Parts: sequence; structure tokens; C-alpha cells
Amino acid sequence: MKALRFGSLMLLAWMLWTPALADDFERLLQPLTSNNMAAKAQVVQKLADTGDARALVIFEAILDGNLHFRRDTGELVLASLSGNMFQLRDPYTGESLGEAGRREVSRVNVNNAIRSDLRTRRAALQLEIGTATDRRNAARRLMSQIDEELRPLFEGRLQVESSRATRRYLEMGLALMDLQDTDPRVRMAAINTLDNDLLPVVRRSLTPLAENDPNEAVREAAQRSVRDIDTLLKVNRVAENVYYGISLGSVLLLAAIGLAITFGVMGVINMAHGEMIMLGAYTTYVVQLMMPNHIEYSILVAIPAAFMVAGLVGILIERGVIRFLYGRPLETLLATFGISLILQQAVRSIFSPLNRQVTTPEWMSGSFEINGALALTYNRFYIIIFSLLVLAALMVLLKKTHFGLQMRAVTQNRRMASAMGIRTGWVDALTFGLGSGIAGIAGVALSQLTNVGPNMGQQYIIDSFLVVVFGGVGNLWGTLVGAMSLGITNKLIEPWTGAVLAKIVILVAVILFIQKRPRGLFALKGRSVED
Amino acid sequence: MKPKHIEKDVVLYVDGVSVSFDGFKALNNLSLILNRGEMRAIIGPNGAGKTTMMDVITGKTRPDEGVVEFDGSIDLTKHDEAQIANLGIGRKFQKPSVIETLTVYENLELAITGQRGNWANLFFKRSAAQSQRIDELLALVRLQDQPDTVAGSLSHGQKQWLEIGMLLAQEPKVLLIDEPAAGMTDAETERTAELFKELAQHYSLVVVEHDMTFIRALNCKVTVLHEGSVLAEGTLDQVQKNQKVIDVYLGR
Amino acid sequence: MKAGPITQFLTEDKGGQRLLLVILALSIYMPLAHLLLPSDSMFYVSSYTLTLWGKYLCYGMLALAVDLVWGYCGILSLGHGAFFALGGYGMGMYLMRQIGDRGVYGDPVLPDFMVFLSYEKLPWFWLGMDMFWFAMIMAVLVPGLLAFVFGWLAFRSRVTGVYLSIITQALTFSLMLAFFRNEMGFGGNNGLTDFRDILGFSLQSSGVRAALFFASGLLLIIAYLVCRYIVNSRLGRTMVAVRDAESRTRFLGYRVEWVKTFAFVASAMIAAIAGILYVPQVGIINPSEFSPIQSIEIIVWVAVGGRGTLYGAVLGAIVVNYLKTWFTSHYPDMWLFFLGALFVVTTLFMPKGLVGVWGQVKDYIAIRRGYQKPGDGTASQGGA
Repeated sequence: MKALRFGSLMLLAWMLWTPALADDFERLLQPLTSNNMAAKAQVVQKLADTGDARALVIFEAILDGNLHFRRDTGELVLASLSGNMFQLRDPYTGESLGEAGRREVSRVNVNNAIRSDLRTRRAALQLEIGTATDRRNAARRLMSQIDEELRPLFEGRLQVESSRATRRYLEMGLALMDLQDTDPRVRMAAINTLDNDLLPVVRRSLTPLAENDPNEAVREAAQRSVRDIDTLLKVNRVAENVYYGISLGSVLLLAAIGLAITFGVMGVINMAHGEMIMLGAYTTYVVQLMMPNHIEYSILVAIPAAFMVAGLVGILIERGVIRFLYGRPLETLLATFGISLILQQAVRSIFSPLNRQVTTPEWMSGSFEINGALALTYNRFYIIIFSLLVLAALMVLLKKTHFGLQMRAVTQNRRMASAMGIRTGWVDALTFGLGSGIAGIAGVALSQLTNVGPNMGQQYIIDSFLVVVFGGVGNLWGTLVGAMSLGITNKLIEPWTGAVLAKIVILVAVILFIQKRPRGLFALKGRSVED
Repeated sequence: MKPKHIEKDVVLYVDGVSVSFDGFKALNNLSLILNRGEMRAIIGPNGAGKTTMMDVITGKTRPDEGVVEFDGSIDLTKHDEAQIANLGIGRKFQKPSVIETLTVYENLELAITGQRGNWANLFFKRSAAQSQRIDELLALVRLQDQPDTVAGSLSHGQKQWLEIGMLLAQEPKVLLIDEPAAGMTDAETERTAELFKELAQHYSLVVVEHDMTFIRALNCKVTVLHEGSVLAEGTLDQVQKNQKVIDVYLGR
Repeated sequence: MKAGPITQFLTEDKGGQRLLLVILALSIYMPLAHLLLPSDSMFYVSSYTLTLWGKYLCYGMLALAVDLVWGYCGILSLGHGAFFALGGYGMGMYLMRQIGDRGVYGDPVLPDFMVFLSYEKLPWFWLGMDMFWFAMIMAVLVPGLLAFVFGWLAFRSRVTGVYLSIITQALTFSLMLAFFRNEMGFGGNNGLTDFRDILGFSLQSSGVRAALFFASGLLLIIAYLVCRYIVNSRLGRTMVAVRDAESRTRFLGYRVEWVKTFAFVASAMIAAIAGILYVPQVGIINPSEFSPIQSIEIIVWVAVGGRGTLYGAVLGAIVVNYLKTWFTSHYPDMWLFFLGALFVVTTLFMPKGLVGVWGQVKDYIAIRRGYQKPGDGTASQGGA
């Protein structure tokens, strides 16, 4: 993004480059090489007044801290330190100007006052000459430092601006200025224009009016507006928490789907389920190590890889241990707990006990803006979608494929299935492998949200069991509903209780719920069977 | 030990009971009246609701609607399994269900009537009467030679008998017995039928059974269940001639 | 069996008798050797060894408690560490109050961490904990009450098997989260530590160490006898009946939920007593004692020793913890591998634990010789 913007600026700068102006512009820059802050402040203002694209380049460079000048000639260059030497580039063309020693160049330093002035002026300048996106961002940035000085700029821009979003910002900016007007009608109109916008600056600017505007009507309008904004903000917060809740719910869903198969369908308590998640996360880490130049795609490789790794380990566990323990759930619980300890220690020995960092691909970072005060992050959004896709794929697998049919046959009537020629042993192994593999996929998703470490599986094992038990064993829809309700409830009560207490409240609530409905939310009632 | 002459005295009254599991009607408006001292055989194809009926009477399953009364006016739907057992309804399961890790004697001692509370249980000491009763029961179920044998190592038939002994140790008023002859040898079946006829002198019995020879040997009134309700009632010969019963059993 | 509980112990529980004799011998010999022998004697017991073995005895008692509910009543509790820790916190609170004004901040009433967190006064649940008898009663009653409420709710609604295991694990997990919070008033992360005196005597003195060890041994013996009495009584056989055929027991007229609640509460209180003895010997109690893995480790002690035997549980606790000490000092990285393998191997190959190995070997030889006891083997299955 940054490179792109820089490139477009460069292009602009090149297009506007005319030799006639060159000298004037260059001369203007001279004081930047001095130590005189007042002079520099003046330069900034003058540069801004030129409306020259090169000024924008200079501003960016100063703000980024890489505008330097040669000590001997005073020539301005972009410099970045590599090793012991500075790499020099031309500020306007980006052309390399060779290297220079540390003592040969100095940085153009500015103080905080100039820095904040620079930001405003950069935005103003971008508003005049930037691309559509630049203009929108600039207008938005200027909102928070609105000043009467900007009025001509805004009014001028509004005449020619075509983008709706940018126009809206400009209108709001003008309205914010109008709030200071002496004419109550203008102030009233401004309040109407602002229309309860949720940008923080709007509420901040309306508050003084709501408190002590001399005109009663204006005061009331402002009060009403502040009240409305507050209500909207509350709604916003709830919406945000619901979003976080759904996102937590989808994490729980991913963690629990695998368990819904191994526990819900096969009736096997797999205490090493959390470690399958951990294996998936570590697989993501290893895949990234193996393809450092293609981090963007690594996650696409990691998903099948994690499925294979965790699935294979799952099959090994089933063939090596669990198959000897069918019908003895408590023993299975203990044996798989032992396996989980071994896996944890294995990872600790191979990768060190410290957490590993998994990079988030660029297309998953950033956020989506709903309104002035609410932005939803993309990575969570992708995980929500992903978890639903995994659930859907699994349902199709169970309901529509031959393997799914065999699997259901074996779990419902093992002897009959066996008599019909189904190799029940392999179906067991593959089913367990499937559940474990999905846990591995969950690990890939989790590696994008949390730290990857040897203990990460343990955090999810109790939660996953709660989800499956709460939703009702052997019912994937129940798992979905269970995960979402636990996730959303957790995030909705968190603001009141804090994170730890919220978790406790959920735990206690589920414990009490199990008391009421020991077989979960969507339990199938059945003809009582003797134990 | 109720004398047999109060024939018309109703001990178990089941009326209009329905139970459904997820839309499947296991019992559909079932009614059954058992007189004091009566022995009744219940037959019916698989899924006719025999076991569910027992579950309802013993408090394991709550009916959706209907009346279940015991010994006059005790509403059984308001009590749980343990309470109903203590009221005097004993149940024998289809699969012999004795405590396999305890000895024959311990099984009977556990079942012997008396206080059931934790403290009484912790400081329990057999009274002379209880010891004597256990010895009688051991003799009755023909296990007097192996009181110290672990119940799990008894033969199938012996387990069935031990369970009947445990049932009797509870001194119930009504005995519900699910397929007692299943898995027994012919000799054992014959002996069991004899035993039941003897028991019928003192108790009210409901016997669920598939084995027609066994039922014929019991020589009592028969109720046929089908799809959760009563299809026919009468002597074995009567119901065997009943056209509806023939349809159900042989298919149309 | 026709004999009463006490006769039964005397005539049948050979393993238990041997174990109790060894423990009795240890609890007399080790404190005396620590106090009386010169430190260069080869029979001398250092305070390190004494404390270590004192810890093992406490673990033995904890294992005993778990065997009572799991081995006999079939309730696999993955949260018994919670009752142990609560008992420990009770003792810890008393020991904190004993510090008095000798803390870093010198407050006569408030423990250091409360001064640090700027508490104004003692929270209500700390009141009276400066009295030994009251603190001890609380340290046993509170875990007992928790077990009662939790158990009664769970057993009444017939939560059984793995469901119960998972919610017991959730119980200890949520307690751990709660105790990590400073607002709980139990010292948060750091827990309670820097104890000085117990009943006016310094915890560092040899005499107190020896006395604590002796008390641990003695209470372990008493706890064993109590548990043995329970399992030999008809109540104990009802517990076994609940374990092996819950529904049958109900139809015999026993209130299964009350039988289970009894076992659970009794077990929780024994675990709490173990915690009470543990804290003054190791000198610290913190929320990590609540962590689920601690509770599951107890299960492996019992499984390794042999569940449903009582003495096997105690033996298992001592053996596994001895190994843990050895591993963590020699090959710290290998401990979890070993522990994990222990879980797997025990469940797959030693269903009766160490005390059952001899019987397994005998059976194996018998089968090799073509001789089979009639119907044997089915008898001991049920458990789970």
C-alpha cells in the first residue's frame, strides 16, 4: 500500500515538475537544513501554499523521519540506514544516489508542534492533489483537527469533489466550523448537517453547545443530538461485542467441531484434542518458515498440511491406543490425557517452550469501517466465514458421501455394519482422523489470532467440551448453536465483569445448565436403554 | 403376604398413559388393571411398549399423560425409582442385573428390606431375622451352596435366579419381571415357571415374556400389547384365536 | 462376606495392614532420626528428606480420597485438587494471620499482600482465621460444603460418567481463574506464603517439622481406617453397586444421589485434610494447585497403584511422586513424557495397577499352563 501510494505521488510529482518552478521550490526548502525551528515552521506553511505535489513528498519524508541533507552541499535526500552506511535516494524520483557515511548526512529534525502542523498540512495538500482514496482519508483525518483556516480549502474542494464519502466529510468539516458561528440559525443548520455522526469529534464539538449555547433551540438540538449519539454509541458497543462474540463463537466452533465428531459421533473422549489444535498451529508456523517469500499464500498451504498432520497423528492414536479402549470412556479419557502430555512435551522439546509468532498475511489484516466509531477487523471476519465453511463441508461429508454413510452406519450399529462388509476398524480410524484433522485446521485459524505455544491446546479443551456438551452430543447444529451462544454471551457480559469473571460465569452457567439438561440443548430423547 | 381372597382389590391401576420420544409414540393411551394377588403375562412384538410400560410404572420414565396409581391412591408419577421400589414395586430386568463384583450373599444383603439411608447403611448390622431371611432366600433360589461366590461368575440362569431372590428380599407387593426365561435352559425355564406359580400365591406379578411355552406353563391372564396400547386381553387360548393378534404376529 | 467391617479389615486387608505398618514405622522413625541422630550419621534424615516424604504422605491421603470416590463409587473426579487446595488455603490463611506484625509492612492485622493492594480492613472471610481450631474447622467444612452443593446438584440430575468428569474439571478450572484474581482476597497469583509460626512454634524448627511429619503419617493411617470402614460397611457395598449397576441400585430402593453425595463429600473432606497438612510443610499455597493437570495427576497415582483397593492408591501416590522428584531433578524434560506414558501404559496394560500386577502375572502363568479359574476375570471388570 505504502509503496503504491509513494509511487503514485512520485508520478504526480514528475508530471507537475516544471523547471521554471524548480528554483523557487528548491530555494524555499533551504531553511530545512538549519536548526531554526521557527524558520522551518514557516517553510512548512510556504510549501503548503505552493500546492506543489513535491511538497507532499517532502512532508511525507519528514514525517517518516527519512528526509536528510548532505552536510557538504545541503542537498535534500531520502536516506535509510543499512549496516553502517546510508542508502541515498532522490526524494522526487526515488533514483538511487549511492551511499554516504553516517557523518556525511544529517536528518531534518522537527519539533512536535511542527510535526502536528505537518500532518494537518499534509492532509490539506492531499485533499487538493491526492487520489480519490487519499482525498477521502485526508478529509477524514482533517476532521479531528478542524480549524477555521481550512474553510476556503474545504469550500473550494466541495465545488469540484465528486466522491460521495469525501463530500460528506467536507460538509461535516464545514458544519463543525459553523458550530462556532455567531448566528444561531447557522449553528442549527450545522447540527442538522452533522446528523448524529459517530465520529468522536462530532460529539466532542457538540458537547459545549449542549451545555451552554445562548440560544435555547440550538442548545436543545445539540442536547438531543448528543443524546442520540450516545444511544447510537451504545448500540455500536453492543454490535461490536456481538461481533467479537460471533468471532469467539466461531473459534469455539472450529475447536469443537472436531470434538463433536470424536466425542459426539464416536463417543470417544479425546483429551488430546487440544493438542491436535496445537499441532495445526505449529504446522502453520513450519509452513511459513518453509516459504518465507510467499507468506500471503502460506496459509492456503497450511490448511491442508495441518489437516494431514493432525489427522495422521489422530489415526496413529486411534490405532495405537484408543481402539483397545472402546466402551471404557473413563480409561480413554486418561490414556488420551497421557498422550496430550507427551505431545506437549514433544513440541516443547522440538520448538522450545517459548511462544512462536505466526505472521498474518496482508489480505487478512486491516478492518472494515461500519461507521465513525465502529470498525470490524478482517481476520476475525475471515475466521467466522471459515468456520462456517468447515461446518458446512463436514455436514456434506457426513450426509452425502459414501464414507459419511459408512461412518454413520458404524456408529449406529457396529455389528450390522461389520456384517455388511464395512471394515469398521478403518472407519473408526478414519473418523477419528477426520475429527483430529479438523482440530488441526482449527489450529491454523487460531494461529492467526493468538500465540502459538505448547500450552495453547489446553486453553481450548475445556471450552470445546463445554460447547459440545452444551449443544447436545452427536448434533452438529447443536455444536454451532452452542459455540455461538457461549461465545456471544461471553463477550456480552465481559464489559460488566471483566474477562476472567466472564469465563467463570460461563463455566458456572454451563455447569448449572447441564444439571437441568444433562444431555444438552439438542439432545435426542430416546427410549430408555438399560445401562 | 396378601391373602388371595380379596380378588377385586386393585393393586396397580394404569389408565390412559401416553409416552412419546421425539414424535414416536412408545405408549398410546395404555390402560391396565392388576388385581391384588393376580399374575399377568404381557406379550407383544418388539417395540410394542412393554419395556416402556415397566419404565413408567417404576418411575424411570415420566408419562406425558395418564394415571398410574398403586395400592389404592399412591400416584406413582410423583415418585422416583428409589421411592417406588421402597413403596413395594420390585423390578427384574431383561438382562440379568445383579451386582457382579459383590458376592451372592452381599447382593441379597443389599436387597434385604429395611432402612436405606446413608447412616443406617454405614452402621448396618444384620438382625437375626434378616440373616434368617437371607438364608431362606438362598435356599429358594438354590444358591445355598455358594453364598461367597462373586455374582459375576454365576451362570446366566443362576444370575436370573439371584435377581429374583433379590427382588423377593425387598418384600415387594408387586413384581415386574421382564423376560425371565430368556437365555435359560429348558430345565431352568420349567423350574422358573414353577417358582412363579408359587410366588403368585403371595405376590401380584406382571411377567413380560416372548416364550409361549413359558406363558402356557404360567396359566394366567394374558395382555397383548401392540404399538403402545392394549390389543387384546384374556386367556392364552382366547388371545391366540383373536384375529387382530394373529394379524399383528403373522403380518397381514 | 458375612463379617462386619472391622473383622473384615483384620482378616482380609493384608495389603492395607502391611502398608499401615510401614507408614507407622516411617512416621516414628523419620522424625526421631531427624531430631536425635547426628547429621553425619548414615541413618540421619535431613529436613529436606523429611519435608519431601511429608509431602508424599499428604499426596497419599489425597489419593486415598480419590480412590474412595473413583475406585469404589465410580465417580471419576477430575477436580479433587480443588478440595485439596481449598483445605490448603484454609491452613494458609491461619498461617498468614500468625505472621502478625512481622510482615514487610508491619501491619498487625493485614497480611502483606493486602497492605500492598491497599485493603482497608480484613475481608469478612478472613475473620476468625487467626484461631487455629476455627481455621481448621473452616478448612474442612468449606470444601465439604462445596462438594455437597456441587455433588448434590450433579448427582440429583444424574450427571454421570465423562460428563461429570468434565464438569469437575471445569469446577477446578474456574476456581483457579477466580483465585488468580487479586480481588478474591487470597493473594492472587502469588498465593499465600512466607509463613512463620504454627501454634506459636516456628515452622523452620526441627521439632515442628518432625511433628508435622508425624501428624501426616498418623492422619493418613486414621484416614485409611475410616475409608476402610466405609468401604467394608454395607454403605461401601452400596457404593460398589452404584458403580457397577447404578440403575439396579436405584430399583433396590437406594437413593443413588445421596450415596454418591456421601462418598463425594467424605472424599472432599479427606482431600482437604491432606491440603491442610501439605501447606505448612511446603510453605506455600497458590492458585496453580487448582490447575486441572494437578487433579488429573492424582488420578494417575490411583490408577498406577491400583484403584478400588485403598492401599494401592496410597502406594501409587508415593511411587509416582518419588519418580517425579527423581525425574525433575535428573531429566526435567523427560518427566512429562514419562507421566504421559504412565497414563497410557497403566490404562492399556495394568488395569488393576501395581498391586494387581502380581495377580496378572499369576493369571498369565495359569493360562499358559492351560488352567483357567471358572469365570474369573469378569468379576473385576465393571469399574471404569
